[in-house]
Amino acid sequence: METTSKTIRKHSLEKLYASLAENRKMYAPVAEADNRIGYKYNPDFSEVIFDHIQSTLSVKNVVFPRVENVIFYTNNKNDSTVTDVDLNKIPEVVLWGAHPCDTAAYDVLRSIFCWDTKDEFFAKRLEKLVVIGLACHKSDAHCFCTSVGLSPDSTKGSDILLVPLTNGDYKAEILTEKGNRILTDFSGLFEPYQDEETKLTHVEQQFDHKQVTQHLKEAFENPFWVENSLRCIGCGACAYVCPTCACFDIQDEAKGKNGKRYRSWDSCGFGLFTLHTSGHNPREVQSQRWRQRILHKFSYMPERNASLGCVGCGRCSRACPVDMNIAEQLQALQSI
Amino acid sequence: MINLVSRADELLESKAVQVVIGYEAGSTGKARPAFITDPSKTGSLIFDDRCVQNLAVYLTKKEVRYFGKAAIVATLPIMRSIMMLISEQQVFAENIVVLGVSAEGKYIDIAGIEVMQQYIATCDLGNPAKDQETLAMLNKMSTQQKFDFWQKELSKCIKCYACRQACPMCYCTRCAVECNQPQWIPVQSNLHGNTDWHILRAMHLAGRCISCGECGRACPVNIPCHLLTMHMADQVHNYFNVYAGTTDKMSSVMSTFEPNDKESFIQ
Amino acid sequence: MCNNIYKPYLMQIDQIIDETSDAKTFRLKFKNPEEAEKFTFKAGQFGEYSVFGEGESTFCIASSPTRKDYIECTFRKAGRVTNALANMEVGDTLGFRGPYGNTFPIEEWEGKNLLYIAGGIALPPMRCVIWNTIDLRHKYKDITIVYGARSVADLVYKHELKAWEEMPDIRLITTVDPGGQTPDWKGEIGFVPMVLEKAAPSSENTVAILCGPPVMIKFTMPVLKKLGFKDKDIFTTLENRMKCGFGKCGRCNVGKVFVCKDGPVFTNEQLLSMPMEY
Repeated sequence: METTSKTIRKHSLEKLYASLAENRKMYAPVAEADNRIGYKYNPDFSEVIFDHIQSTLSVKNVVFPRVENVIFYTNNKNDSTVTDVDLNKIPEVVLWGAHPCDTAAYDVLRSIFCWDTKDEFFAKRLEKLVVIGLACHKSDAHCFCTSVGLSPDSTKGSDILLVPLTNGDYKAEILTEKGNRILTDFSGLFEPYQDEETKLTHVEQQFDHKQVTQHLKEAFENPFWVENSLRCIGCGACAYVCPTCACFDIQDEAKGKNGKRYRSWDSCGFGLFTLHTSGHNPREVQSQRWRQRILHKFSYMPERNASLGCVGCGRCSRACPVDMNIAEQLQALQSI
Repeated sequence: MINLVSRADELLESKAVQVVIGYEAGSTGKARPAFITDPSKTGSLIFDDRCVQNLAVYLTKKEVRYFGKAAIVATLPIMRSIMMLISEQQVFAENIVVLGVSAEGKYIDIAGIEVMQQYIATCDLGNPAKDQETLAMLNKMSTQQKFDFWQKELSKCIKCYACRQACPMCYCTRCAVECNQPQWIPVQSNLHGNTDWHILRAMHLAGRCISCGECGRACPVNIPCHLLTMHMADQVHNYFNVYAGTTDKMSSVMSTFEPNDKESFIQ
Repeated sequence: MCNNIYKPYLMQIDQIIDETSDAKTFRLKFKNPEEAEKFTFKAGQFGEYSVFGEGESTFCIASSPTRKDYIECTFRKAGRVTNALANMEVGDTLGFRGPYGNTFPIEEWEGKNLLYIAGGIALPPMRCVIWNTIDLRHKYKDITIVYGARSVADLVYKHELKAWEEMPDIRLITTVDPGGQTPDWKGEIGFVPMVLEKAAPSSENTVAILCGPPVMIKFTMPVLKKLGFKDKDIFTTLENRMKCGFGKCGRCNVGKVFVCKDGPVFTNEQLLSMPMEY
């Protein structure tokens, strides 16, 4: 689809939000305690913020919830039954004001959940999602989108991208059919875009991801991994705040005869992730698990899923209790 | 920290230890744990207000143990953690050298366990002042208010287990939360399972928590989970007059029964 | 929902065989005859077997695809799911989803000698392909099976070992570790690699299929090399931990390979190109 650019005035944004909220769930960023940013369902427009740098958690949960029930069952010894989940009950959601790194992450997740066999749970949630992205006019030292082929105004994954203008209004880039439908439905709120000046942040490029990928091919046995992961304590914080980490567990939970099977977030950084029943563990120590995290995102995924497994949001580095700064490490890896 | 650096240098140079666990300048203005094996690199060791992580967690980490004997930069909470780890036979006193740092950030010479014990005895072992304040506020609440407070906080938990991993006392190779026969705690992150997890963690740390606050600091979603274990530390002190980590021969409060124990807690 | 990839088939336990003190074989039949009709698989593939309320567990399909209308699996009691499975009775329902993974290239092996080497509970992943090739016996030359276990009591498929032994065109060598023999044991005594070296099967026009615990693989591989086997002619199956079966959950990822999609069957040549994370 050809991209069209429009202008939406600041005062029209609220009308657009209210109109969309009439028959859809809105998911938008709000300020939380301790100077943190979080996304919330159906907040009042007055709560929604437009000048945040990064939310603590990513928005992957919209398409890949912390817990997704996959089947329900009744266990009756010789007459057990299995019931499907009704995916038609998944509501239409408008993700409002997500930054380009987060929206680009949906493409990465798609490359995991929809390669070869399609995962209907993910696919249906994505299908029911309308993404109104918000380009960044602020960033911090942890942001590195420009190092992974993105930018503060990347359009990847957005249906409409709002780009802040210096005059306080927004340029609206209409990028997909879904976006176009919104433009058509609420055409009165959009004006022609007349080359007004945009207000974007500058994110310094820290490394060349293609070079990193190239270097990683020969880096498996490098002492780098042990040296640089001694301080890693093996928690799942990086994986759980990451917008592209998609490893999951499958578990059963039953009360009496009735129960469900669900999948829930997991992390390759946990020691038991790969533990065999026999007691053998292919990734026995933390350095091997840290190596897996980096190689998976920057070597295996580009080769296997044709997508880089990182969008440069910097959440893992912000969340890490021991300063495992991924951009810093990638920069170092570029020259080993 | 000239003394710290020169002492680390001396220990590595004389091969008295194979690694020095301390702090170095990290990225974006943070300080972070450092593992120094080369005496020429001890200059990167720092100690200032940013050096808050409890380094004792590394004493039981496989890859760090591979180095051999370790010297560890230790503030009071780290010293107390070391005492607990020795008491619980996870670390042998002869395998570590303690590079003490006082509350004022001054190097203190810790020649051995007895010296460390004497030093700890001179310190205030209660919870940090700001946490005491919050705990006092929580204790004033009604049961329902307290419950609501914690339900709100624990609903944020994503079960990343950063609280557990950051804690020097959580060294089990297989945590109770990972045992599935029976499955004590649901694997998924939901309010019920999250609550179970944090109660279990608090109970397992009762009498063992040395009030470093590391669990709360590590939490990526800012749950003040350290208040749970600190509250247990308070309770243990009230009922049994014990502070964890004062000697290298601590007996386990929760599994030791004394004739003069108060029993009102079973009410 | 039309395409729930996590929804299992309902299977009924048709028969239970106690293999050893802690291993059992289940014969499973589809509860829905239509599903049974449509279901096909090939030797080497695996599935996710589930006990409702306990969870899923991964094992290969141990029966041959030439035997229609049922599938079999053999498992050892080890964790939550396998313990629950072990408590099930004939007639009980369990879940099964599959088949997943790649297959043994038995068409490529036509006209060749086959050397099967298995240890302990690793015979089940191979039993499927053994029966498959025995059922198509005319297509292959010599078939040799070397099977070892810690003790006589640990040998699985005892009834079938007897059947294979009685087949005139199969060479079966069974062995137990020293000390694991019983007074009436007639097989070999010794570890699999040594027994293999002594038996010294020719590598000429032969493929070797090797399944066993890591330690057995480690010591058998050099023997095969010594006998002249090329890496591309040695096949094995990897047993990485798995959950989804579709290359999504991330658990069985070894390098760029997903064992559940690209495996479980690999040649040694492929293994050598992968990181040692299996």
